[in-house]
Amino acid sequence: MSNHLVDSRNVDSRSQAPRFAKLWTPTEVDADEPGLMRVQMGPSHPAMHGTVRMDVILEGETIRDMDVDIGYLHRGFEIQAENATWTQVVPYTDRLNYLSSLCNNVGYVLAVEKLLGIDVTPRCKWIRMISAEIARIADHLTALAAGALELGGFTPMLFGIQAREEFYKVIEHLCGARLTTAYTRIGGLRWDLPDNFEAGYRKAEASLKKNLADMDKMLTRNRIFYDRMADTGIISQEDAIEYGWTGPCLRSTGVEYDVRKAHPYLFYDKVSFDIPLGHKGDNYDRYLVRIAELRESLKIIDQCFKYMEPGPVNVDDWSIVLPPKEAVYNTIEGMIAHFKLIMEGIAVPKGEAYGYTEAANGELGFYMVSAGVGKPWRVHCRAPCFALVQALKPMMLGEQLADIIPTFDTINMIGGEIDR
Amino acid sequence: MSTAVLNAIKSKFASGVRSAHSHCGDDTVVLDRKVILDVARYLKSDQAMAFNMPIDCTAVDYLDFPGGDAAGSDETRGVGGFAGARFEVVYHLYSTTRKHRIRLKVALDESDVNTPSLTQVWLGMDWFEREAWDMYGIRFDGHPDLRRILLYEEFVGHPLRKDYPLRGYQPLVPIAKLDRDNEDPKLVNTDLNPEAPE
Repeated sequence: MSNHLVDSRNVDSRSQAPRFAKLWTPTEVDADEPGLMRVQMGPSHPAMHGTVRMDVILEGETIRDMDVDIGYLHRGFEIQAENATWTQVVPYTDRLNYLSSLCNNVGYVLAVEKLLGIDVTPRCKWIRMISAEIARIADHLTALAAGALELGGFTPMLFGIQAREEFYKVIEHLCGARLTTAYTRIGGLRWDLPDNFEAGYRKAEASLKKNLADMDKMLTRNRIFYDRMADTGIISQEDAIEYGWTGPCLRSTGVEYDVRKAHPYLFYDKVSFDIPLGHKGDNYDRYLVRIAELRESLKIIDQCFKYMEPGPVNVDDWSIVLPPKEAVYNTIEGMIAHFKLIMEGIAVPKGEAYGYTEAANGELGFYMVSAGVGKPWRVHCRAPCFALVQALKPMMLGEQLADIIPTFDTINMIGGEIDR
Repeated sequence: MSTAVLNAIKSKFASGVRSAHSHCGDDTVVLDRKVILDVARYLKSDQAMAFNMPIDCTAVDYLDFPGGDAAGSDETRGVGGFAGARFEVVYHLYSTTRKHRIRLKVALDESDVNTPSLTQVWLGMDWFEREAWDMYGIRFDGHPDLRRILLYEEFVGHPLRKDYPLRGYQPLVPIAKLDRDNEDPKLVNTDLNPEAPE
């Protein structure tokens, strides 16, 4: 297993951040004490991504206490899923992490397939990998671009959004929608790759390479950006693991855990790529890890195009995948299969399973219980952000108010995913 | 997945293990709540287990679960998720060093939905347990700050329970009642909300 450190700062790569001096405690500071001030950040603060409120108690500009209040975007994903067929849940998963919907689509159907005990076709696996990596690129670009904007860098934001736009065009070409993709199906995909898909992707790839280089030049060695990012929002390896951190944020502390490598799914064991690691777990490391992961995703997609062969994208089983329309209109078997799938849903055998994949922000898990009928008995989404944001309070205690902005951004909280 | 973890728990806490299975490749053990805290501490501190990462905590409501009242054998019990009680608290754990996983479950009867909080072992269970309290009303004893997390404090009920109504309104600010007598007739009355409380 190969990996590389992303940071070239002149520090001992084994020097770890200290553990939190003060671990998690309930709010105990009295805001009425002289010298203290209570500030409500959000939910409509421009840097709070519109969906979270922070109740901060300040002494000067130092954070004495804070409470992160989530739930402003709660819409009951899990209860909706219990009242829809297994297939009808796929569009709901788009709304979890809306920046990388394809990752959620893939994660959800893989969990259902685990419960069904089926394996999809090779071409389907390659296409799912391509789509998940494209979504990861779009997600990382948004995190980087928004981070630059919130620290006052308008131009790097435009670079990031310009590249992301090209990838949204690719996603639109793939499934007709930019954000609400609903591309995967249980046992396969909505359809095969469209014509000229690779040509469209190459255009986006060129745009990404150019814009990423520009962004890199403007930000990575930028004195102002560096001073805001480096040594702020630090978390140690032990604390990151203790709080259930996964994804780029965990890897920024130097822990080598990536679901794609540790527990490969699809064909991730057949492609070669590196896991970029940070060493200090500060905001700057998280920024560098994301930049490096963009390049790794490009490598993965290149290999997918190289190894992919023509073939069917759906499993040949009409009790799981809808039959072709010719069969529906011309044969009684096709008609019955179509009717049963639409009216009753897929009969997933009784049981429980936890399916997990590496989404853009970390381990996206779906714990599901089936009662043996066409609707799930229970679908629980383990959102990566949920674990990330709960560590925000111990990270920020004793820090400056201004450090909340870059920290909150590099954690990349997504309202749709955390509130479900 | 090896069943080494399952066997270790079974041999060490034989009296507290209600059942165990590896359905779909996920090693699962259903525990008595009396031993859950000891098992958790053992899983975290033992070198061969080294479950250092809390992945997830949630709950499931098995009210009127199909086939749930049929007496199942030890083999099938738990495979359907169902272990004989209305509620189940489900923990997922992971070890970054050993790279193995385990699912712990605690079955809770409707009359007594208390279970020890695992925040005493992994701090990262904090928000996950708060969500299980918010959505299912599971009380985690020893949790330092068991508040609602996604809903607001004034919310009544626990919406993911199977007996919570699917339709209805519970506004934080009361919906204003229209004054029908003094209504401006030129305004179009769109009564889109017939179920709104008076």
